[in-house]
Amino acid sequence: MDRQVILDELKKVLSPYMVNKEALNSITDETDLIKDLKINSANLVDIIIDAENKYDIEIDMDSAEKIHNVGSCIDVILEKMKEKS
Amino acid sequence: MHNDLLNYLPYKSSFRFVDNILAIDENGVTGNYTLRPDAFFYEDHFVGNPVTPGVIITEIMAQIGLVVLGIFFIQKELKSENEQVIPLLTSTDVSFFKMVLPGQKVTVISKKEYFRFGKLKCYVEMHNEDKELIARGMFAGIIKKLV
Repeated sequence: MDRQVILDELKKVLSPYMVNKEALNSITDETDLIKDLKINSANLVDIIIDAENKYDIEIDMDSAEKIHNVGSCIDVILEKMKEKS
Repeated sequence: MHNDLLNYLPYKSSFRFVDNILAIDENGVTGNYTLRPDAFFYEDHFVGNPVTPGVIITEIMAQIGLVVLGIFFIQKELKSENEQVIPLLTSTDVSFFKMVLPGQKVTVISKKEYFRFGKLKCYVEMHNEDKELIARGMFAGIIKKLV
């Protein structure tokens, strides 16, 4: 699965936790989840759990701590999917 | 009864809204609280017509449903009752169905959705003594240990 596919799916995962949905139209790997998308830091846990359920993966504490922006989020999802297969 | 957990609550007197923990395990908690007729908020909310404010109902649900359960989860990590914990509410989404008047006893029932990465999220209901629904909602928070 390539990054673009995951990015498109990630937008749907992020959307419920955002007020300004238009910010999703211009996201890149560098987009910061908290600063740029104004997501409540505690909602990062919900986003991780949503991603786990969507891709049937398990994200541990070490991997979760790496997630800051959209790019690192996709990296962790890809890494965990690779570990599974 | 599991009231030994109450010694870990960081609230005192006028802002402690837990009387008894009736049941607790890793899936959830049930506890109760009786609204004191002389509570500080009744004098002004409302003048001559005391009604429990929604924020206080929310606080009662959060203290029993989230904080007590959160302390239960981290109790083993706490060295003594003197080790202070600071619970921080991260989100609530509450619907109210009935008023709560001074002197009423309310029961809070909380079911864990998850406890991960230090965040506890629960579905919480408050009932009156007739087992009627007063309020319900989704609560989430984190507990910080003060070192």
